[in-house]
Amino acid sequence: QNYPLYIRSVPTENELKFHYTVHTSLDVVDEKISAMGKALVDQRELYLGLLYPTEDYKVYGYVTNSKVKFVMVVDSSNTALRDNEIRSMFRKLHNSYTDIMCNPFYNPGDCIHSRAFDNMVNSMMMQVC
Amino acid sequence: MSIRHTNRCATGVDDGWFAVSHFGQSICDAILKLAASEFGLCLSPGHQSAFVTGARYQWADVCVDFGSRREETQLTATMLLHASKRRMPWQESNPRGEKSLWAPSPQVVEFVCLGRTASPWPAASRVPAAAAVSPELSGSGVPGRLWLWGAGWAAATVQAPCPQPRQSRGRWQRMTMQEVWAAGLSDEERPGTSGRKPAPALEFRNGTDALPSPPKTVAITEVCGAKRVGYFGPAQFYIALKLIAAAQSGFPVRIESIKNELPLPRFMALKNDSEVRYGTPAELHGVKFQVPHATLEKNSYKRTDEGDKQEPKSPPMSPICSPPASPSTYQRIPLSYGYGKSRSGLEQQHGAPYEVRHSTHQQDGPSSGNYGAKPAHCSTLNRSLSAEREQQDSSAHYSDDPWRITEEQRDYYINQFRSLQPDLNSFISGSVAKNFFTKSKLPIPELSHIWELSDVDCDGALTLPEFCAAFHLVVARKNGYQLPETLPETLLPEYLQAASLKPMRDCALFDSYSESLPGGQQTRDFSRTEKVTAEEVPDNSALLQDAKKDDKQALKVSTALKTIPKEFQHLTVKTAAQESNALKARPRSRSYSSTSIEDAMKKGEEPPTPPPRPQKSHSRASSLDLNRVFQQNTQAVRSGWLPPPPPALPPRPPVSQTEQVSEVELHPQMNRPPSQAEENSSAKKEVVLAQPPSKPARRKLRTEAQGLETPELSPTINVTSSLPAVKPHLPVQKQSSKQKRAIQTAIRKNKEANAVLARLNSELQQQLKEVHKERIALETQLEQLRPVTVL
Repeated sequence: QNYPLYIRSVPTENELKFHYTVHTSLDVVDEKISAMGKALVDQRELYLGLLYPTEDYKVYGYVTNSKVKFVMVVDSSNTALRDNEIRSMFRKLHNSYTDIMCNPFYNPGDCIHSRAFDNMVNSMMMQVC
Repeated sequence: MSIRHTNRCATGVDDGWFAVSHFGQSICDAILKLAASEFGLCLSPGHQSAFVTGARYQWADVCVDFGSRREETQLTATMLLHASKRRMPWQESNPRGEKSLWAPSPQVVEFVCLGRTASPWPAASRVPAAAAVSPELSGSGVPGRLWLWGAGWAAATVQAPCPQPRQSRGRWQRMTMQEVWAAGLSDEERPGTSGRKPAPALEFRNGTDALPSPPKTVAITEVCGAKRVGYFGPAQFYIALKLIAAAQSGFPVRIESIKNELPLPRFMALKNDSEVRYGTPAELHGVKFQVPHATLEKNSYKRTDEGDKQEPKSPPMSPICSPPASPSTYQRIPLSYGYGKSRSGLEQQHGAPYEVRHSTHQQDGPSSGNYGAKPAHCSTLNRSLSAEREQQDSSAHYSDDPWRITEEQRDYYINQFRSLQPDLNSFISGSVAKNFFTKSKLPIPELSHIWELSDVDCDGALTLPEFCAAFHLVVARKNGYQLPETLPETLLPEYLQAASLKPMRDCALFDSYSESLPGGQQTRDFSRTEKVTAEEVPDNSALLQDAKKDDKQALKVSTALKTIPKEFQHLTVKTAAQESNALKARPRSRSYSSTSIEDAMKKGEEPPTPPPRPQKSHSRASSLDLNRVFQQNTQAVRSGWLPPPPPALPPRPPVSQTEQVSEVELHPQMNRPPSQAEENSSAKKEVVLAQPPSKPARRKLRTEAQGLETPELSPTINVTSSLPAVKPHLPVQKQSSKQKRAIQTAIRKNKEANAVLARLNSELQQQLKEVHKERIALETQLEQLRPVTVL
């Protein structure tokens, strides 16, 4: 189905453009997942790296073991962002997502309304921008 | 169910409310009859219709409009008063032989009388406040609760004092029903007939046992100014109560005596032994709302000099919780009453079967919740709260912090926890907790948020402090508090643990792995890490710990890390225990801090036994010990035991000699087998310094298996014949047998260590080979690719 569980963008103008980008990048993610036939679960494989650089932004992907995909769109002008930082951001996202899953009131597949998650994402984005 | 019946009075004046009664018809009739007989009034049919017939409900709420129909209101008030009188003490049949008007226990009767702002009376419209009386009895023995509202008046939640002697739970705002009715009645006093007014008031006062004699009450009335003003305003009322208390305590009836610290006035207590039972909201017609009129409060504050006057007003500001009223009732409240706007937001009660369960909790929850909310609303409230806090019991029953769990609440939560999970040190799983909290009828997103807040370690399970925090948040939310964004400090698990498990905690933190909860939590971390290692998840890259987790887990992690170096040897043992303790499996392989712990553990475990020894061996003390041993030992020659000789090495003969003298006093622990080995190893160290190059190879491994060297050392030492070697021979001889044994054990240990290290060595060698292979492969690949990239 690939409906978004959570979407947030900073700054908020051109938000739709980012939505669109994220959606199209899902194809690339799927392609990468299918390419990796191994059953090994390794964090390196969770992190998909740069999906494709387009125009003036880059798209990074990360997929969890439960096939939940994280897609991050970063401005290309933000050259200070290294791969490691992207990885760490994805790791944080993954951790926060796992925390949400721990909440028995959260049904997997629901949209995420957790305030803690929001705070984490906001802080992360503020850090980058 | 009950039928609510509200009528706007038809007098044309904006009078507001009419009575709603849940009394059964028989009750109503009885009341009316009584009233009629008392006052000689005829009841208009219209008035009679105010009372709703129906089944006899356990809840009775009466809202009386004091404003428009004086007679009727007075009548109603009287009726209620009589009714209440009949009920007190709760008996099956009242003194008049009539059937009890209310069903016997358990019962909660609430009379809610709405006060009014405007009154057609020429006298100042001092309608007394709506008095809601609910002589309820909770298991804790706190009897009736009484709310006083004044339209425009500060409300005063009053509560009858405990039937038990002087269990001064209550504060100054507690009054019995009689008082309220007295107040109510007195306010209706016509200006002209002042004589009439006090009479019923005083009558009721006298109806109570412990009240002062009538003359005194008259005097009280005078002093408090009611006579002067003509009615019992809130100020007068409170002053009067204080005076009563003073009188009961033996103080003279003067204004000044109010300033003393007075106990609560004693009134005839309600001997209700019924349990509090809160029916569904539909049954409750309490039109309870309070009117935190800031202005009036200030007025009364000015009027009354005593600081504690404010107490009666402030706490009762929000008698919202118990019993909860249905929202529809609130909607009917005309806004012209000028209710505290802030309060309206709080009136989102969800009548919950949840609350049915806990009566004691309700007592505490609302009170703590109510009192806590005050400061947000009124500065005078703040002051009053602080004043009231001063008079509080140590039980912190009315702490100003809504997020603080009182003892009663805590006990209640613990009981609830037990019902879900008998072992208090264990956890409640997520699904169980979910079902439990879903019963509270809070919306799922809110429950989700509560969970997020309270599950500090994010493991999908609730420990006892987490559960208490979650429960408390649920209670607070049900009482109308907005959920905080972050967990308040008083609800943190560490705080709660400290509060509740203080004696255990101290030892838990320092005991390696006691069964106490904090220890349990620590060991949970350990078990987590153990599981991580056990599961051997490749996901071992050091996951950065979220700042959030850092805050929450800093304590645990730091303590965990602290205890690790101390007791990592116990880890393996305890892991099994912890895993058996854990309620649920931890499927997650996340290792936040565990990575570092893991590494520490691994490093620590690699050389299991050698570390203690080599350390000692490195210390200078060992060499000193060795020398001292020799010193102590007699000059027994140990021909076969040359290891001792080497310690007294050529490189340090002068040093050792000087040390020999001083060491005797310094090191009391001698002749230990390990020390023997250490001495050997230290000796070896010294040997290495001076010895031929064959030794240096061994020197490298010294840190890990120094003892290993010892057996090898001896032959070499045999070869060397150093001067100092002669000396040690002599002292050694005497204790040769002891040292023999010691050395034998040392040798055994060394052999074991040797074996372990040999294994380790082989494994590492293998890994090295593999890595080499990989490297070669990568290099070939690189070379293959190189021409490609160049092109």
